[in-house]
Amino acid sequence: MSTDRAAPDRTGDPAATSTGLRIVPRRHFGRWLATALILLALAGIIRAFAVGQIEWSIVAQFLTARSIMNGLLNTIVMAVVAMALGIGLGVLFAVMVMSSNPVLRASANGYIWFFRGTPLILQLLLWFNLALVFPTLGIPGLFEFRTVDVITPFMATLLGLGINQGAYTAEVVRAGILSVDQGQTEAAQAIGMARPTILRRIVLPQAMRVIIPPVGNEFISMVKLTSLASVIQFSEILRNAQTIYFANGRVIELLIVAAIWYIIVVSILSIGQFFLELRFSRGYATGRR
Amino acid sequence: MSNSPSSLVKGRGITKIFGAHRALDSVDLDVSRGEVLCIIGPSGSGKSTLLRCLNQIEKPNSGMIRIDGDLAGYRQKGEVLFELDDRAIARQRLACGMVFQRFNLFHHMTALQNIMEGPVTVLRRRKEEVRKGALKLLDRVGLSEKAGAYPAQLSGGQQQRVAIARALAMQPKLMLFDEPTSALDPELVGEVLNVMRDLAAIGMTMIVVTHELGFAREVADRVIFMDAGRIVETGTPEELLSRPSEQRTKDFIAAVLS
Repeated sequence: MSTDRAAPDRTGDPAATSTGLRIVPRRHFGRWLATALILLALAGIIRAFAVGQIEWSIVAQFLTARSIMNGLLNTIVMAVVAMALGIGLGVLFAVMVMSSNPVLRASANGYIWFFRGTPLILQLLLWFNLALVFPTLGIPGLFEFRTVDVITPFMATLLGLGINQGAYTAEVVRAGILSVDQGQTEAAQAIGMARPTILRRIVLPQAMRVIIPPVGNEFISMVKLTSLASVIQFSEILRNAQTIYFANGRVIELLIVAAIWYIIVVSILSIGQFFLELRFSRGYATGRR
Repeated sequence: MSNSPSSLVKGRGITKIFGAHRALDSVDLDVSRGEVLCIIGPSGSGKSTLLRCLNQIEKPNSGMIRIDGDLAGYRQKGEVLFELDDRAIARQRLACGMVFQRFNLFHHMTALQNIMEGPVTVLRRRKEEVRKGALKLLDRVGLSEKAGAYPAQLSGGQQQRVAIARALAMQPKLMLFDEPTSALDPELVGEVLNVMRDLAAIGMTMIVVTHELGFAREVADRVIFMDAGRIVETGTPEELLSRPSEQRTKDFIAAVLS
């Protein structure tokens, strides 16, 4: 931290040159004090962990254990497919909410109202226990499945996370669509485009600029929300870590293992989000000439 | 209903109501092939609404519009009119090219992509052939070196010229200009008017809503003065701009020139 950054340019400063007096730069005592306090606190935390009862060798041993790796893979796969379902539903329901058809509008609003209004963990439990309500699924006379065969922990988690995500993404997409100037639609109409083409070619690509940052955030949330699925026996990373510590008693070490992986995945996603935002700000990044 | 072969646009009793406001009050309009018609009038007089009705961006509450014989928004079968769907209306819009006050270039596309979008996506023509035509159009509006520039990198005048090229790429029968120079800095107005002058010279049918009385005087075949949703007066530029017969027209021209 350099203190002379704030010092006036002595050669160019007319006051200094005309008076010939020496200038003492302003001192930043507060900055130094804050730095010292933070370093002290950091040292304290590092020491606490070093002498605390954590077997770091066990953390290292389980960091790449087979079960943890499988859990990590399940977490990533689930986050991706649930988010894909969420975005698909989000776009669909955003368009329905903005439709001029009152039936479409009301049903989309109802969907958003219900899935935003109940806790996610409750929705996961409902999906997982669907068999209690509907023992079989299908169209009578055509095909029928036993619900317990269809609603596996994977399916229940996918439906729970994806449908819940759709309700939030719908609002984000709607805000994105509203952010695009009406003139863009009129210009597209003027060159003879029909509504669906205007949405696909003109409005959505521009709405992306507004949609990507919050959806990126939600994707990062989604990675962590998959951990809720541990309550319905989906073997994502947290559940697998728990299974191990129920056996060996190394609770903190295995929680640290899971934390490390979450942080790594989220960090990679943040970098990806940066580049995606760059791509969709095409035509905006450069200033007006 | 018969159409004289020279009449490209025929409007009868066009009325548009927004809430309690009568934006257009039973307007009749005839535009011949190759004619340049300028519409002047105070803001809120219904000039822009008239253009937007011609292009079916607004749907008139009553009245009828024929463009090149086609009834706008309807299909006639005997004595019955069937309302057209979105896709068929989009097809009818191909007859008119439209240029907007605020340019409305597609921000996420380069100048060249803006011009190519319609022919490729709507007319489904081959990309390579469209590119050639688009580059020619860019050259015609004097912007061949700006093909790869995004709208945000162009000045207002350049954006408007790209917007004109984008409309021309659809090979419309008629060009509608909605105050094309009103959002421009004064020194950029000339370059856009020059492009429009060239278009008029090659016989394009044009309806221009404008405050540029000099342009109207020089290029227009006929000038219409509108006020409060009605056509107050119509005539040659010389008649209407130099010897207006209505008091409202006189007041407006005096106010614009002062």
